[in-house]
Amino acid sequence: MDILRVSDLRIGFTVHGLARDVVKGVSLRVPAGKTVALVGESGSGKSVISQAIMGLLPRAGSITGGEILFRDPLAPDSVTDIAALPREGPGIRALRGGRIGMIFQEPMSSLSPVHTIGNQIEEALLLHRPMPKAQARELIEAMLQRVGFKQPKRAFGLYPFELSGGLRQRAMLAMALICQPALLIADEPTTALDVTIQAQVLDLMRDLQAEMGMAILLITHDLGVVANMADEVVVIFHGEIMERGPVEDIFRRPRHPYLKALLKASPHFDMQEGERLVALREARPRPPAAARPLSAPAAEAAPLLGVRHLHKTYSTGSRGFFGKGSLSTVKAVNDVSFDIRRGECLGLVGESGCGKTTVSKIIMRAVTADSGSVIFDDGRERIDVLGLEGEALRAFRPRVQMIFQDPVSSLSPRMTVKSILREPLVIHARGEAPEQAERVRALMQDVGLDSRFLNRYPHSFSGGQRQRIGIARALALDPELIICDEPVSALDVSVQAQILNLLKDLQAERGLTFLFISHNLAVVNYMADRIAVMANGRIVELAPRHALFNRPVHPYTKALLRSVPFADLDRKLDFKLAAPGGASDDSGWNSAFRTGPDDGELTHLSLGEGHYVLARPNADMKELAP
Amino acid sequence: MLLRYILKRILIMIPTLLVTSALIFTVINLPEGDYFETMAAEMQAQGEKADMSRIEFLKKEYGFDKPPLERYFWWVAGLVQGDMGYSFEYQRPVRDIVGDRLLLTMIVSFATIIFTWIVAFPIGIYSATHQYSWGDYGLTFIGLIGLAVPHFLLALVFMYFANIWFGISIGGLVDPRYLNQPMSWAKLRSVLEHLWIPVIIIGAGGTAGMIRALRANLLDELQKQYYVTARAKGLPPGKALRKYPLRMSLNFFISDIGDILPSIVSGAEVVAIVLSLQTTGPLLIRALQSQDMYLAGSFLMFLSFLTVIGVLISDIALAILDPRIRLQGAATK
Repeated sequence: MDILRVSDLRIGFTVHGLARDVVKGVSLRVPAGKTVALVGESGSGKSVISQAIMGLLPRAGSITGGEILFRDPLAPDSVTDIAALPREGPGIRALRGGRIGMIFQEPMSSLSPVHTIGNQIEEALLLHRPMPKAQARELIEAMLQRVGFKQPKRAFGLYPFELSGGLRQRAMLAMALICQPALLIADEPTTALDVTIQAQVLDLMRDLQAEMGMAILLITHDLGVVANMADEVVVIFHGEIMERGPVEDIFRRPRHPYLKALLKASPHFDMQEGERLVALREARPRPPAAARPLSAPAAEAAPLLGVRHLHKTYSTGSRGFFGKGSLSTVKAVNDVSFDIRRGECLGLVGESGCGKTTVSKIIMRAVTADSGSVIFDDGRERIDVLGLEGEALRAFRPRVQMIFQDPVSSLSPRMTVKSILREPLVIHARGEAPEQAERVRALMQDVGLDSRFLNRYPHSFSGGQRQRIGIARALALDPELIICDEPVSALDVSVQAQILNLLKDLQAERGLTFLFISHNLAVVNYMADRIAVMANGRIVELAPRHALFNRPVHPYTKALLRSVPFADLDRKLDFKLAAPGGASDDSGWNSAFRTGPDDGELTHLSLGEGHYVLARPNADMKELAP
Repeated sequence: MLLRYILKRILIMIPTLLVTSALIFTVINLPEGDYFETMAAEMQAQGEKADMSRIEFLKKEYGFDKPPLERYFWWVAGLVQGDMGYSFEYQRPVRDIVGDRLLLTMIVSFATIIFTWIVAFPIGIYSATHQYSWGDYGLTFIGLIGLAVPHFLLALVFMYFANIWFGISIGGLVDPRYLNQPMSWAKLRSVLEHLWIPVIIIGAGGTAGMIRALRANLLDELQKQYYVTARAKGLPPGKALRKYPLRMSLNFFISDIGDILPSIVSGAEVVAIVLSLQTTGPLLIRALQSQDMYLAGSFLMFLSFLTVIGVLISDIALAILDPRIRLQGAATK
């Protein structure tokens, strides 16, 4: 039986008086108890379809044709056409939350910050199933326990901002499922989460599905998640369905070129040396730049950047008026040391909150370290970065530049592209106005943008184009080291491929050195020569790319690698292997990797070939790394 | 936790008020000379012979021969004990002159705030939920007029039409009969009869501003994901609006209490003169002109005190209303 049957659905949006079709005749079905994945890039209309099913279309949008038939398994004889229900009428409101639950991408913003999660869940429950408060409370606490809160009684009274991202998404799940809906719509439910947390939340969704027998409509752009979750797949592109079928057919015998391209555009672990990602749409061709003569990156030469024993501690918690109160300190960066060789790309991987961004900010001198040193060595002189002051610091700044994660907020909406790209040149007084204009045009060419766009504002560009502008800005001052902080995590798979390829090309042409920060292991695998893995403020493993992916030693690295969903049906995730408390919880690690009561500090043990792992000094590595 | 927060806020008030008092004292003493010299100069200008020995005596009597720092100290010490000093011009203790007017000022300010809220709240909500509708445009237009027209002009227009249409004079806050009489039911009724005109006039600008701010705030909140979540639960639109976005935009409303007080009081001075209200405004302006040090200074201090209290109330209300402030207040820096 199909819970949901969408046939020939058309949705139009009216923007500035112009009507535009966003969804053009989409048909799909969601069978009872099954998971259907709706796959597509941003702007493909997949979220609009979910909004239409919930009756939550924005005011500018409306259903212009087709029907959305919902058949409730509790009353299998009656069929409701959601498309025909009045917008805010009691009919659709009874379905919403009651029979169809929904969870969203951003667990941060989708819960009200000023109400306790208990209050918000209770509201959903009492709205559809009136009952005494005490009974409701019992049900809710049972539900909270079910979704993984260890102390459900306490969790009831917590505010969302007191929870981590993973727990918030669990609370969202509890809220969506408290009324035992027949259908759960999950709109990119794990995109904002770390891989290990993602594995846990996906696992939880599958378990709950098995228990409650609901159907799931999973909206995502991540083919890895699809391969591991879905029974059926619907691929959508520009509001039209490209391909539809059981997951086996879709992954083993993709027919439509769009789907084939989508599969090729995502980086994966089995890529050959030198293999390039194939972007869905090749960006504007860039003029081939003459590769600069590179002084061969000799391993024995001094590294471009040497980081030694960095420490940074943050204080959190309430500080009493007289200096008392529960002041707790968090070691954001704890004895971090690494080298970046000239011309290489060092990947820095770890879950959110592990301290990787703090390290980058210390190198940029945006955050002051408690102790440690950063030495920048360009072969002519050694610069103590953390000791620079005043004019010397200003003169050093151009040599290290940064590319940011969010292409929207990292560009000023009030400046044209021209002034954005010229600003660094003006600040550092590089050349006269005509020279600067020439340089800005050259930069646009370098990143594959048309220099006719120079007078536009950032809002008229797509996410990928904006990220190109961010890259051009970082290149403007000819830096030697570029820190890329999650440069592609906010982008779609296809655009991601373009940007990664661009970064690779630029690196080859200009002999750039990258510190590449990401939580996406596949992306780091594609970009980096060596990879450092960070957990709880420490580097737990540092190895050349191949060694790390083929012979991971540290339990944290292993857990990270285990949690990555592959877009491959033959290598499904083993969900139960994901550590219960998150991979960075060191109580689950082998004792050789934890500080023991008997012996001293952990040190980095060498496993040969530049492979280091953080463990007890007396640990037997032959045993641990067969 | 909350108690500690309130205690902390009250303790912070002390240095704030000290700094304010120092500022007020300095500013009033900035112009050359003092009240007595101004008085002597005025008398001489009018051709009268000033009794210099009397002026010297008065100066000594009121401590004007002492260094400013000492005078400041005695002034503050007096204020703490509730002694607001002595007005030279009226030759009476400041408290006697000001008492009644302060009460009336507070009544007018309070009524204005209530009026502002009662009008601004529903209009702001309507404007935000019916964005770009004719109702929104119309209310926005009226609001902008209210924002743009100066208070005193509005007061003149009101007086003119009240006189032409109803043949009444709307000046004053209380029937002259009751002025300087102790508070009684009859007096209160007279005040209430006169109150509504100044309240509308003084409140007009603030109301318009608040409508705009509330509309903008609410429009922001309506875009937020949690509002979609609330509707996805099946809440009816009205209830979802009240519980989530409105609650969030209340933050702004409450934190505005502290700001609204001084702006109403200062905006009211000029209106008070035009409408000849028996509030503190006209008195203050006259006192400042004649450098009647203690009258002006104590007066301003009282207003500052009101403002600081307003901020305190709004801070406490915010802490109660918003758990993020209560629980995260001093967290990560």
